[in-house]
Amino acid sequence: MNSLIKSMSPKGDAVDENLTAHPDNVPLAVHDLTVAYHRKPVLWDIDLDIPEGKLVGIVGPNGAGKSTLIKACLDLIPRASGEIGIYGKPYQQQRHLVGYVPQRESVDWDFPISALDVVTMGTYRQLGWFRRVKRAQKERAMEAIEQVGIGHLAHRQISQLSGGQQQRVFLARALAQDAKLYLMDEPFAAVDAATEEAIVQLLQTLNEKGKTVLVVHHDLATVKRYFDWLVLLNMRVVETGPTDEVFTTSNLEKTYGGKLNLLSEAARALQAATR
Amino acid sequence: MNWTSFDTWLVVTAALCAVACALPGCFLVLRKMSMMGDAISHAVLPGIAVAFIISGSRDSLIMFLGAAIVGVLTAVFTQWISRFGHVDRGAAMGIVFTTLFALGLLLIVRAADHVDLDPGCVLYGAIEFTPLDTIEIGPVSFPRAALVLTVVLLLNLAIIALLFKELRLSSFDPSLADTLGYSSQALHYLLMTMVAVTTVAAFEAVGSIIVIAMLIVPPATALLLTHRLIPMILIACVVAVLSALLGHLGALTAPSWFGFEATTSSGMMAFAAGVLFFLAWCFSPSEGQLIVWLRHRKGPRDLIPPPEIS
Amino acid sequence: MNSLLSVTLPGYTTMVVVGSTTLLGVAAGIIGSFLLLRKRSLMGDALSHATLPGIGIAFAVMVAAGGSGKHLGGLLLGAAISGLLGVLVMFLIRNTTRLRDDVAMGLVLSVFFGIGVAILGMVQELPNAAGLEAYIYGKPASIVASDFKLIAGMAIFTSLATTLLYKELTLLCFDENFARSQGWPIGWLDLLLLTLVTAITVVGLQAVGLILIIAMLITPPTAARFWTHNLTTMMLLSAVIGGVSGGLGTFISAWAPRMPAGAVIVLVAAAIFLASMIFAPAKGVLARRFRRRRLRLKVDRQHLLRAIYELLEAEQAPSSIINHSIPVTDLLRKRTWSKVEIERIARLARKRGDLEPPSGQELCLSESGFGEAARITRNHRLWEVYLVTHADIAPSHVDRDADMVEHILEADLVRRLEEALRRSNTWVPVPDSPHRL
Repeated sequence: MNSLIKSMSPKGDAVDENLTAHPDNVPLAVHDLTVAYHRKPVLWDIDLDIPEGKLVGIVGPNGAGKSTLIKACLDLIPRASGEIGIYGKPYQQQRHLVGYVPQRESVDWDFPISALDVVTMGTYRQLGWFRRVKRAQKERAMEAIEQVGIGHLAHRQISQLSGGQQQRVFLARALAQDAKLYLMDEPFAAVDAATEEAIVQLLQTLNEKGKTVLVVHHDLATVKRYFDWLVLLNMRVVETGPTDEVFTTSNLEKTYGGKLNLLSEAARALQAATR
Repeated sequence: MNWTSFDTWLVVTAALCAVACALPGCFLVLRKMSMMGDAISHAVLPGIAVAFIISGSRDSLIMFLGAAIVGVLTAVFTQWISRFGHVDRGAAMGIVFTTLFALGLLLIVRAADHVDLDPGCVLYGAIEFTPLDTIEIGPVSFPRAALVLTVVLLLNLAIIALLFKELRLSSFDPSLADTLGYSSQALHYLLMTMVAVTTVAAFEAVGSIIVIAMLIVPPATALLLTHRLIPMILIACVVAVLSALLGHLGALTAPSWFGFEATTSSGMMAFAAGVLFFLAWCFSPSEGQLIVWLRHRKGPRDLIPPPEIS
Repeated sequence: MNSLLSVTLPGYTTMVVVGSTTLLGVAAGIIGSFLLLRKRSLMGDALSHATLPGIGIAFAVMVAAGGSGKHLGGLLLGAAISGLLGVLVMFLIRNTTRLRDDVAMGLVLSVFFGIGVAILGMVQELPNAAGLEAYIYGKPASIVASDFKLIAGMAIFTSLATTLLYKELTLLCFDENFARSQGWPIGWLDLLLLTLVTAITVVGLQAVGLILIIAMLITPPTAARFWTHNLTTMMLLSAVIGGVSGGLGTFISAWAPRMPAGAVIVLVAAAIFLASMIFAPAKGVLARRFRRRRLRLKVDRQHLLRAIYELLEAEQAPSSIINHSIPVTDLLRKRTWSKVEIERIARLARKRGDLEPPSGQELCLSESGFGEAARITRNHRLWEVYLVTHADIAPSHVDRDADMVEHILEADLVRRLEEALRRSNTWVPVPDSPHRL
């Protein structure tokens, strides 16, 4: 109940004193997280423990704070309260363990660089200040871009790629980061079916290698097929756990509550998925 | 300080100009086009120069036409370059107005033998001489600039009043406006024409620095104080008038603090607008920095929780 | 005789001025590339206007300290400080209010410039104040050898700094959020970029003035962008365009009477920009028009050949299609072409040897045209089948989507399509290979 009233404290005040509570083997532990834009809460009192090696879908209606959750985990936006632990430590100390796939629309695809150059950016953090990109980085980037199946497009300028191919470039960049935990913001948004299939396969490969992957996802019809762990979100965490247990009509009703069209769509999707 | 009717007329002229600018300025700011005022006010130079060279006189009407045409052309060229060349809007704007300004500068220097037109005068105006150039109407003599600016102000007011609904819609949601049949393109050019005409009317009387400042600063100040359009326009007008008054007062008093005798009022008016913006930035009841800080010190600010999940 | 010499062989003074503006153009072209890609071009405008109060104050301070007040280094230092202050105020407004970038820029520009005008108005009374407005419009002729050293030093320094930070600035400009998630200090990088811009702006004040210096920062990179899709090439090209505009502009202005150098430099750059925008092969308007037209012609021709082939196919068994002429009226029924259009496309096809010479109201495929038509039809169907079987696209939409892509199918892609379809054991209703005929 004490969490009903949140204090507005700037980013710096959120001291991670409770982090000892997060064990080292939990890829992502979110505790008591609240985020507000202009004093309007977007995420409220989020508590999450994501187990290692899961393929996690973050599902919820528009404006539920799905992207915000990812951005908060990456320290891209200030939080009003709460801590986030990546393998038991604050994000600043664990950047090397986290790979990030932003939304495709967040950048200007007319930028004068090649697909390979974008993927190489995944290695910049390791390189550090002033050091130039060398063959080792290029090779790692090439490997990553082959892995997403567009090696033959590596030297194309990025505006000459289709939407699905651009999305794969972003995925390859995250692969080049060689992380243990991947956070992906709507990788399936507006991609063609072939790309969607390729992304799913990639997620499963990562999963088999023991990586943990969090994916913001929209399409209820595919939830059951893609993810083995779910976070149902609507400003609060509605439910979280294994997909089989969590993906129920009543939980979806709670998540999408009130929005009738969506509700019926959810019911239909559930039917389709369980058939 | 020695306040005379001269000072009154100066402030009245400047205030008329400031309000005439603040009106279209509100829509510029809402449409994320604030820099267009700056661009147009620089770009009208060749229009003025050509009109001047052709007519050989400072006949207002011809210069007015020339500058207004070039002003609108600035908007058109910017649009073309950014659309056909796929160039970032800001860059397109920068290229267009610097090119036109350079062209104007060149024309003026080339024609310096025949005509007497000082680019400095175009940019800063000569507000100190404005009240001297008067027109007699009945028993009272009005500064000519004040009359011209009154006409422009009324024109701007009339356009905004007539097209208020359309302008509001197309400023907030251009694509919705288009689907409803109000061409946001046409409204854009209308707004640009208003800005160009206002700039030209003002440049000679008060200088374009006042125009640039009053197009942006009062609306921005108002935006810190309210979220709604009509109050925003009203507050912007008040801020504009206050800037003119305080700016001139500042020009009369401030130089002596530093051991100087005088300075230009137009610069001080822009500065005064800046000070008013700073005050709003500190003390705006809803989002002033000082207010927010004080509130925060008094105690943690409550957030309203989202509805429980049932 | 003497005057002729001075025209053909520019004097030492002219060389100094030309050298300065060239170097300035090169440096501005390099750093301007990042400013453009960060979509902050107009921030250069706000920044340059914000330098004016610094010039006035520096002048007054230097006079008060007993100097003449016209020491270039001092004036530029003042300009740099107030320019950077303007940048900080812009960031402050952006980060603490709901106001957007453009408002922050306009605010800083107008208020700082207003203060500058007011201060210049005051210091006008001081002795030796005449000529301060030169910083607004620029007066390259006043550049002397010692100024050249300053300008050259700054230009080289900023160019080196930019190349050193190439990787970081690219990341900042392309994907700010990703960069931040990786721990790069975005705020500091932004400030660094704008500090470099300030340095160039300030040394450029004397040459082109504070209103036109922004053109040297924006125009060359924007022009360069039309020629290439590669960032390094773009920066080099931008440096060249900047250098040429600076040098050539100053040279013209020194050579011809009554040509203000700042304005001529900007006009040269603008001319290069205009030419690039229209003629550049990579992104130029004409090149894009041309490519689009060529694609349309290609699509039209393929449509015609396929339409004829399908008409032939409709009246004969698929295994034994024999080529013969088709009435234009049949084609008109099959596709939504007008008569004029069909004639235009037929002329094109005839030129390529796809059709037999004209025979009134009938069209007849040539031998090579018949093979081509079969190939095109086959590709079209391959693509359709692939879409239906692999992409969950409603069959009713297939034809339109196929129409867009099939025309640019490369041999390699066709092979991969065939393979994919063979793997999935899909029956492909393709016409017989034309080679057997």
